[in-house]
Amino acid sequence: MTAYILRRLWQMLPTMAGVVVLVFVLFNWVGGDPTYLLAGKMADARAIANIRAQLGLDAPWYVQLGIFVKQIATFDFGNAWATGEPVSHIIATRLGPSLTVLVPLTVLETAIGIALALAVAFVRGSLTDRLVMVACTVGMSISILVYIIVFQYGLAYRLGLFPVQGWGEHFTENLLRYAPLPILIGLAVSVAPTLRLFRSFVLDEVGQDYVRTARAKGLPERRIVWVHVLRNAAIPIITYVMANLPALLIGAFLLERFFGIPGIGREVILAVERSDFPVIKAVTVYVAAATMVFNLLADLMYQAVDPRVQLA
Amino acid sequence: MTAPGLHHPAVSPGLWTLAWRRLRADRVAMAALGVVCLFLLAVVLSATGLVAADWEDEVAVNYAPPTFVGRDPALAALAQPPAPAPPNAFDPLAGDLAVLKARLARQGQAHHAARRATLPFGADKWGHDVVRKTIKGGQTSIVVGLVAAFVAVALGTLFGALSGFYGGRVDDFFNWFYSVFTAIPSILMILTVAAVLQTRGVATIVLILGLTGWTGPYRLIRAEYIKHKAREYVLAADAIGASSRRKMFVHIFPNVSHVALVQVSILVVGFIKAEVILSFLGFGVPVGVVSWGSMLNEAQNELILGKWWQLTAAATAMALLVTAFSLFADALRDALDPKLK
Repeated sequence: MTAYILRRLWQMLPTMAGVVVLVFVLFNWVGGDPTYLLAGKMADARAIANIRAQLGLDAPWYVQLGIFVKQIATFDFGNAWATGEPVSHIIATRLGPSLTVLVPLTVLETAIGIALALAVAFVRGSLTDRLVMVACTVGMSISILVYIIVFQYGLAYRLGLFPVQGWGEHFTENLLRYAPLPILIGLAVSVAPTLRLFRSFVLDEVGQDYVRTARAKGLPERRIVWVHVLRNAAIPIITYVMANLPALLIGAFLLERFFGIPGIGREVILAVERSDFPVIKAVTVYVAAATMVFNLLADLMYQAVDPRVQLA
Repeated sequence: MTAPGLHHPAVSPGLWTLAWRRLRADRVAMAALGVVCLFLLAVVLSATGLVAADWEDEVAVNYAPPTFVGRDPALAALAQPPAPAPPNAFDPLAGDLAVLKARLARQGQAHHAARRATLPFGADKWGHDVVRKTIKGGQTSIVVGLVAAFVAVALGTLFGALSGFYGGRVDDFFNWFYSVFTAIPSILMILTVAAVLQTRGVATIVLILGLTGWTGPYRLIRAEYIKHKAREYVLAADAIGASSRRKMFVHIFPNVSHVALVQVSILVVGFIKAEVILSFLGFGVPVGVVSWGSMLNEAQNELILGKWWQLTAAATAMALLVTAFSLFADALRDALDPKLK
């Protein structure tokens, strides 16, 4: 087990190196020279040279790449250009609000997705099944922007059921007062694609021999679906949920932006608007690392769920 | 090859003929195809200037409501030409203004008189016709989605062909490249490239989406090439001395092109959604170009004033197209790859 984990971590190195080089190339060559942006409108040659020296831009490219690698390894990306706040502090403080929305959202989404998928698979092929699938396709076709605008306007602004936007100091206040509407919208957007996907996972299982055997020995259909099928369908479900977690951190940026939640996603949008490269670089590299680690965790969880899986 | 005099066997239907037959039997797919074709027709008409070329004309009063809602009494007053301002003896520009007004009158530009109080589906902040604006915005969004999907699939096909056909080190390299791109979530990748490129423009969005979206097609096309390169027809092509390039793109590609086509249809849907979000955030189309995303951006503020029609128009048009396109893409996949069902 330890050997397996070590080897997987070792295999991540080339990919991680690729991510670092990609980000480096994007920001240092494609992105152009940020000096003039930083120096402002009334810059003289000395100020520009000074900024270049500070950023290491006057050094050859391999030295710059070295600086970047050192920044990643030491979690020290310097200060954000727009606000002067240390980038590591930005990431550390924005993670909490993001997770306050994302953890309940993911748990609810997965639970509802599984329950609905099993219920729909129970009546597979019927008119209900087909209507639900068509409803899912239509629901997925409406832009997430429309969901947010309409829900925020209808439920918060007109009906006053939720605060229109905002974020407080205390965790419980945030979770119970400010997070419910974003979570509700997140659910409205994500249940349709999740249900469609989970339904296909479940349908892959219901045709298997063990289901027929379970039926033959007289188990009630409910027990077959909720116990036997669910355990087997859990493997692809775990992959999907785990692999999507890091992406969700960014994916909720629209929710965070509309509701004024000071999370990672909103920070990325702000950074793109302000051309605040250190923040984007840091988030990109760390999210990529998180994605790889979560993929490994998903593989480790397989074994816990399914003893047949051999991690070699 | 048939000897003369023998009865010619009926030509057996090919992949595309069979797929088309299966597709035709699917009523939902045909209805969806009809809707998609209507949208594409609107794009062509709008691109050639036959329709909606004049969307920027201020044809109605600001926020003119839809005809079926009825005129807004508060706004109807604006429909009347404004009363001329009382002459100001001290106006230093009076002479110049008189000349300009006379010129306008000669050109027949009775600008204010023509403004209408209602329109079939209302007007936006400046009095643009929402229907025409939606058509014009659809042109931007659909063209971006289609072109970006073709760019992404072309890249994915090229990489997948090289990777699957040559194998070995080439395959290792592209696999590494693939793992790098998939390690970064696509939306973050899109935002990162948007931050780096700085310039806003339709070509930029196409580039961003195309350069970040090739991974899905790559994986599938690579698998197809690995499967096909050992087939007999490729070995036969090899035996008559066909070059690698010819084998890859003349012999194998037609046999895997259906996979590429299905990928295009799937990506178009995702890219239209992505373009709308990018333009909404202001990282997409430049100022002065209208897309469904920029319409939603305006509509967000209008909704608070109770002007719901622009939001409804853009959202409905987009939902209709994306629903039809997704249903069609699903049917196309089933029709071209019946095993997958």
